[in-house]
Amino acid sequence: MISENGSPGSAAPTAAPPPATGANGRPRRVEEVESITIRFAGDSGDGMQLAGTQFTNTSALAGNDIATFPDFPAEIRAPAGTLAGVSGFQVHFAATDIHTPGDALDTLVVMNAAALKTNLRDLQPGGILVVNSEGFEVSDLAKAKYKTNPLDDGSLKGYKVIRVAVTKMTRASVAECKLSTREADRCKNFFALGLVYWMYERSLEPTLRWIREKFAKNPQYVEANTRALKAGYNYGETVEVMPVQYKVAKAKIPPGTYRKITGNEAIVLGLVAATQLANKQLVYASYPITPASSVLEGLAELRRFGVKTFQAEDEIAAVGVAIGASYGGAVGITGTSGPGVCLKSEAIGLAVMTELPLVIVDVQRGGPSTGLPTKTEQADLLQAMFGRNGECPAAIIAPQSPTDCFDMAFEAVRIATRFMCPVFLLSDGYIANGSEPWKIPAVDKLPRFEVKHPTEPNGAGWAGPGHESGADGESGGAGKFLPYRRDELLARPWAIPGTPGLEHRIGGIEKQDVTGNVNYEPGNHEHMVKTRAQKIENIAQTIPDLAITGDADADLLVVGWGGTFGSITTAIDRARRKGRKVAQAHFRYLNPMPKNTAEVLKKFKKILVPELNNGQLLWLLRAKYLAPAEGLNKIQGRPFLVSEIEAGIEKALS
Amino acid sequence: MSASTSLPTLTTKDLSSDQEVRWCPGCGDYSILAQMKKALTTVGVPREKIAFVSGIGCSSRFPYYMNTYGFHTIHGRAPTFATGLRLANPGLQVWVVTGDGDGLSIGGNHLLHALRRNVDIKILLFNNEIYGLTKGQYSPASRLGTPTKTSPGGSFETPVRPLSVALAAEATFVARTVDVDVQHLVGILQRAAAHKGSAFVEIYQNCKIFNDGVFEYATEKSVKADNVLYLEHGKPMVFGKDRNKGIRLNGLKPEVVEIGKDCQLDDLLTHDETSEEPTLAYLLSRFAHDESATAVKPFPEPVGVFRTVRKPTYEEQLDGRIAEAVAKKGKGKIEDLFKAEDVWTVE
Repeated sequence: MISENGSPGSAAPTAAPPPATGANGRPRRVEEVESITIRFAGDSGDGMQLAGTQFTNTSALAGNDIATFPDFPAEIRAPAGTLAGVSGFQVHFAATDIHTPGDALDTLVVMNAAALKTNLRDLQPGGILVVNSEGFEVSDLAKAKYKTNPLDDGSLKGYKVIRVAVTKMTRASVAECKLSTREADRCKNFFALGLVYWMYERSLEPTLRWIREKFAKNPQYVEANTRALKAGYNYGETVEVMPVQYKVAKAKIPPGTYRKITGNEAIVLGLVAATQLANKQLVYASYPITPASSVLEGLAELRRFGVKTFQAEDEIAAVGVAIGASYGGAVGITGTSGPGVCLKSEAIGLAVMTELPLVIVDVQRGGPSTGLPTKTEQADLLQAMFGRNGECPAAIIAPQSPTDCFDMAFEAVRIATRFMCPVFLLSDGYIANGSEPWKIPAVDKLPRFEVKHPTEPNGAGWAGPGHESGADGESGGAGKFLPYRRDELLARPWAIPGTPGLEHRIGGIEKQDVTGNVNYEPGNHEHMVKTRAQKIENIAQTIPDLAITGDADADLLVVGWGGTFGSITTAIDRARRKGRKVAQAHFRYLNPMPKNTAEVLKKFKKILVPELNNGQLLWLLRAKYLAPAEGLNKIQGRPFLVSEIEAGIEKALS
Repeated sequence: MSASTSLPTLTTKDLSSDQEVRWCPGCGDYSILAQMKKALTTVGVPREKIAFVSGIGCSSRFPYYMNTYGFHTIHGRAPTFATGLRLANPGLQVWVVTGDGDGLSIGGNHLLHALRRNVDIKILLFNNEIYGLTKGQYSPASRLGTPTKTSPGGSFETPVRPLSVALAAEATFVARTVDVDVQHLVGILQRAAAHKGSAFVEIYQNCKIFNDGVFEYATEKSVKADNVLYLEHGKPMVFGKDRNKGIRLNGLKPEVVEIGKDCQLDDLLTHDETSEEPTLAYLLSRFAHDESATAVKPFPEPVGVFRTVRKPTYEEQLDGRIAEAVAKKGKGKIEDLFKAEDVWTVE
């Protein structure tokens, strides 16, 4: 049983439940537990993402901390009932502060045999398994490659199995709604969801409200889904599918107004907030690609905020439009995943050369090539770092959680406009689709940054190379605009076409510094290569130091970047609770790295670098800092389990 | 600062940048550059409101020589940068300068989509039917049999007909002119400048070094009248040294006829550049002087405006949608942005 299992992160009774009475008049037991991890799994057409999302919203509204992990196949509808078509949604909800969607499942809901086959390995021993017994017909078993029916052959005896004829009961519950069988069967997910709501003593109200709004134009669907949801709940209560209900209390969360947010939603809000506060037009040009498309979709909805989105004919056109928009004085942003970054590389080089602001949102997925489109990975770091011709540095930053996507999207806009350079925002499929509660920030507390555009020529006082070639035959001086005359951090001025007197030409051919004229001189080229590199290095003067958390005198420093923050943090907490001396440093700024990076790395004898790739940050840390770091690498298209990092820490310390 | 910057009358000198022009002697690009400056002195747009965007190739050096805003981008992608520039900055007049390699080969995709979207950019395709900057390889516009270093024995690829492509892409302004026909060239550039929406202009341009004389039939005084058909809106299609030849439609087939002998003036096709339906314009785009061409031949090659129709531009439509959304729900404030369907408060 859940409470007997005792594994970290799972349920443990914390309080004596108030006596209650079930529908059958017998007293009902409610146990309070600290946290629960549940996964809904079924066919792609079974509506499991919807069930999971609804459960998440309801839990968030009930005051729990939440973290989610949707996991779905690349195929929109793989053949029904097959292993390839299984779609899952995992929710971790807790009365404490949590950072991950949970390792082992306390409860698994499966709608068919294929879902059982692909998900059972994640259910912890003694866990609750809710099965739709009608998804285990002979044909279902064959498609799931089961030789015998696991419901009958004893192979599930280590779990608490709750068999429910979901299809039959769903159909019965909606019998009066005059739906076709096919339509009736589409209410199955609500029946299952209703049952789970009973198991965890959740209110039906948020989902009922959602059903009313969603199907407002189809009253019979409102009725049917409402009935199915309630029928599932009542079924749980009537037959008392479990001897106890589990209750997860409200989490102790800092006061404020909250909403649930996914990483991609947070990127949308961050980009819009940053550009609005800086009083800049946002132009987002993108070509649909998993798992980044929802950023384009989200921004397209925001026309009343003045947002301009552009669905381009291809990845190259998308980045071209974004760069053209930046040249025109807007903040040009493009979004994609790894394969799209490959296609955009040449144009990103042009943005480096012409020193224009550009944000490239890269929601990483498994590669190379098409790879694992719907699965997560962190393997584009070195592509962002080096994947262009010539010496071509760009800024790279990476959000560490779904909510941090807001802050880092904001940062991306700040850096791109302050330093006139491309900025990679390296998110990943895991935090892009995963969600957590977000404390809605007060607008007046958001960081401010100013974007400046010259209105007057800046040539006064320049007598260096190129000064003699003045526009209209003038010899430099006050009347001339010098597009590459830099400020103290080496950023060039951002003159907007349309401004009288600042007419100038830029392009991909090497420039003479200061004047921006085409120039092939050897010394100038080397100077410009070094200058562009130094400009990117200068970003470090405007970013926070790398923080060390945990034990200052630790035996081991665990260094991560981006979306692995939650798993690493939880693993370190557990290791420290066991008495291990461990410290943590997590990179959100990868190029340039924070100024104190060398100093931080030098403090520790052992450094462990967990990454969802074959060792890319590890490579950079070793190359740049000669750090004695070791990798902990997982390249399976899935995020780290906390236990995997815990094991890595134990091994590193042994 | 130049005193002329915001005055409505520009001189060609105002429009010349300080950079030395580096095309080969005798290149057709010189003429186009000169006529472009001449045309811009008449369109009433201050130079700070003009931007030239180009890709890669000989013609794409064009922006460096104009004292306007300019962006020399990457190979084939100029229409994308120009589109972004218009989205950000709808007050600009944006010109794209491209060539037959840049625009039709590596950049074919972007050309197609810029035109069908009707982004308000004026695309000038300098067609010399050869790769010049890479030193003389055949291009997608090279005629059948063109011998080059990469097509020994002559090219056997069917060439692209740029205007046919533009019309198939639903371009709203389609025209052709010739580098040395300076008055015609200026006139077409002025009309392109005045068009609202995507304008596509093919300019026959001689490459002195690698494809010299390929358009001689259309430029040489002694023969050009018989080989070129000047399109004029509302006028019958007449051509020839003696103005006695014309184009008549026989069913779906065009034919060259002699006026007075085969037919009367009234029997000739009348040019209608404003026709909604681009089928006749497409037919005209198929006329080829070249006997080897896989097109309608041998025919006089039309120059002038094939098609000009007014349709909403991409920018107008996008701005319209934004205005609509604002009118419906009010201008969005950041506070509204953060709201969601379900929010909860922790005390």
